[in-house]
Amino acid sequence: MTPERPMLIEARGISKQFGGVEVLSDVDLDLHVGEIHALLGENGAGKSTFAKILAGVHSPTRGTLKLNGQTVDVSSPIAAQKLGIALIHQEPVSFPDLSVAENIVMGRQGGGLLSRVPWATIIADAERYLDMLGVSLDVNRPMRGLSIANQQMVEIARSLASDSKLIIMDEPTAPLTPREVDTLFAIARRLREEGRTIIFISHRLEEVRMLCDRVTIFRDGAHISTQSIDSISDDEIIRLMIGRTLKKFMRKHVAEIGETALEVSNLTLPGLFEDVSFSLRRGEIIGLGGLVGAGRTDVARALFGVQPAASGRISIGGSDATIEKPTDAINLGLAFVPEDRAGHGIFATLPVEHNLTAAIPGKVAPRGFISRKVERSISQKAVSDLSVRLASLRQPIVELSGGNQQKVILARWLLTEPDILILDEPTRGIDIGVKAEFYDMIGDLAEAGRAILLISSELPELLSLCDRILVMSEGRVTAELPRGEATQENIMQAAVPRSGVAA
Amino acid sequence: MTDSAQSAIRELAPARPTWHVVLVRPETMTFLLLIFGLVGASFLSPFFLDASYILRSFTLTAEMSIVALVLTMVVISGEIDLSPAANMALSACIFAWAQEAGTPLPLAVIVGLLAGLAMGALNAFMSIRMQLPSIIVTIGTLIFYRGLAQVIAGDRSIRVPDSFIGINTIMIAGIPLPVVIFVGVAVLLGLVLGTTVVGRQIYQIGTNQAAALHAGINAKRIKVGLFLVLGVVSAAAGMMAASRLGSVRYDLVLGGELQMVLMAMLGGTYIFGGRGTILGTFLAAWLLVIVSTGMTVANLLPAIQLTVLGILLIVAIIATNFIYARTQR
Ligand SMILES: Nc1ncnc2c1ncn2[C@@H]1O[C@H](COP(=O)(O)OP(=O)(O)OP(=O)(O)O)[C@@H](O)[C@H]1O
Ligand SMILES: [Mg+2]
Repeated sequence: MTPERPMLIEARGISKQFGGVEVLSDVDLDLHVGEIHALLGENGAGKSTFAKILAGVHSPTRGTLKLNGQTVDVSSPIAAQKLGIALIHQEPVSFPDLSVAENIVMGRQGGGLLSRVPWATIIADAERYLDMLGVSLDVNRPMRGLSIANQQMVEIARSLASDSKLIIMDEPTAPLTPREVDTLFAIARRLREEGRTIIFISHRLEEVRMLCDRVTIFRDGAHISTQSIDSISDDEIIRLMIGRTLKKFMRKHVAEIGETALEVSNLTLPGLFEDVSFSLRRGEIIGLGGLVGAGRTDVARALFGVQPAASGRISIGGSDATIEKPTDAINLGLAFVPEDRAGHGIFATLPVEHNLTAAIPGKVAPRGFISRKVERSISQKAVSDLSVRLASLRQPIVELSGGNQQKVILARWLLTEPDILILDEPTRGIDIGVKAEFYDMIGDLAEAGRAILLISSELPELLSLCDRILVMSEGRVTAELPRGEATQENIMQAAVPRSGVAA
Repeated sequence: MTDSAQSAIRELAPARPTWHVVLVRPETMTFLLLIFGLVGASFLSPFFLDASYILRSFTLTAEMSIVALVLTMVVISGEIDLSPAANMALSACIFAWAQEAGTPLPLAVIVGLLAGLAMGALNAFMSIRMQLPSIIVTIGTLIFYRGLAQVIAGDRSIRVPDSFIGINTIMIAGIPLPVVIFVGVAVLLGLVLGTTVVGRQIYQIGTNQAAALHAGINAKRIKVGLFLVLGVVSAAAGMMAASRLGSVRYDLVLGGELQMVLMAMLGGTYIFGGRGTILGTFLAAWLLVIVSTGMTVANLLPAIQLTVLGILLIVAIIATNFIYARTQR
């Protein structure tokens, strides 16, 4: 502890109930001026809920907040903004039809109702903030259609533009690749120097260690411990988070590599990717690495028929396949877990059950009529296999924490028992304990003869799981590294545009 | 293992209580209003305790109520159709005109139904294939269909043959046929929406069309299907109206689209899609009949009746949004 530092926030006894369920109970937390404070905990521990209470999105059922020693009532996001508290949401929320620039300056105080909109300054400011973040984006384009990583960057730029004293980052790094993470951290450190306070939520311990001064651990809605980062070991953090020690994970399964499941040749979609060729065999896990915007997601979308390629061949199980829409792909035994959970994954207001079984109508409704019993038992099994944390299967899925939503979407596709599984950032927002189980599961799937294409921005994940790693840069495959040769360095080298391996 | 013990504890977290799930929903409000209306109206007039009076009143709007049931499904899927009333008029005019020109009656009915199908297809083509907003498209076709009806029928009323007249006087177990049909269609669509895969997918499309696409749900096909069904059902309803009235004019159920939308909204269907039930629209159809006949019995001026209906709609929309917002937060 550094007692000489003045307090920015003192939270006392913060509790929150949703429909009678207590998800936060009596949380006390102090934040110093000019510190970067990590908030850790399993999926559903209450991190986002606490963040939203500070930012006025939810109001606490009980408890008080002091800002600079004075009791404040953060009754709305606008009130929070006036008090200098900004939240970077776990799920980027934006105005899809407004331009990037407008989204960045959104909510900033401007002249009177009828005064002119200072477009030139808005655009210049937006460009400046994105430059700072090392993102090259046309600030005049609409938000709609931006990749999750770029949406996240816009969220971050918005919080920078708001000039706040407290910036809460709820899993900002989940969709980002190492390069963007580095830039973000450099900015965070500079903000700390300026005396601002940052709350940093993440499931990646190594990031927390690199960036943060103190950590607070939540478990089951309760505050468990707050310590200086130097005085606590990773194992200790994990034990506090999950209440037990973690079994060793990231063991590599030895799957038998079988015949070719998927062969892609010269796949091209102008502007997004070019001349992508690879083959994927049964039992094999191929990783697709690269920086944000390298075209990895676009390739996956083309393979699954969401946005088909303009030219090139796809063959599945040895015969040519035409995939024009996802239904075609599903019929050919493909499954695709998209990265944009909120936009392309969940049916927000529908029950968890309906979300789980969305891709297997044939199983829950053998003769066209849905069998509640079958659906219930399938869902119950899926939920306990992935230890999804929820109150009831009939609960709308938006009420689940981010990581638990991700598990439900994963489960949806595992239920289809696909031959070829395409995973786009599948562990985004999933906690350490479940990640380990999930890696095991991917290994088991490969052992069972399924072919897996894994897109991930987490290098350790790629390195430990994959048999081969393809690296993409600016829409082209720039390297193909077998398991033995791949290292963080040569992946990053191939990922950076116009350097490294000549294609 | 400790894992399983832990996850067992987690799942024991209390759910939203069942009574809450069952009762805090827009249909409950519709139902309460219905009871309210019944009690109020029976104070105004002893007629109201007579079930057959209510049933007879209901036959006057039964055709529109049937269409509103299908419209509910269209709205849940995230689209809207404002042309069904005009469709009813045009199909009925084509039917009446065909049989007047000497087409045998059964064939004329088929011609009418095909006309309805074609109108549904035009709406579907523009809203789904060309991806134009359905609200604009169907405002356009609403005017277009009504105009065509006037071109065909002119200002006169076309009589239908005596054998075709009087659907509302046919009784089945003491209940007028149109009411029986309405109840039958409601049960059928309720089952489709509540227990079949297609029903489930209609909600999913209306909630998040991009996610539905990613889950392999063929949103376009389902929506086109809904527009086609709505077209055919509207045509059937138009001919039922012709049978009840004995003749057809171009201004059959003029302005009926608003009544239909009103029924869906009163029943708790969410205008942006993804939520709503057949039960809600079913209850709302009865509510509207009771409110409007109640007001007629009480000798309220038509202008006041209209005002009351307007207030009802606003209350329904506020209540629906309030309930949905609460259950979501
Ligand atoms: N609007 C809501 N209605 C009901 N329950 C909710 C709501 N929002 C969150 N919860 C519940 O509160 C608990 C805590 O959720 P929260 O989002 O704070 O978790 P988290 O720690 O951020 O998890 P993650 O790492 O998965 O993002 C979860 O069990 C979740 O289901
Ligand atoms: Mg969260």
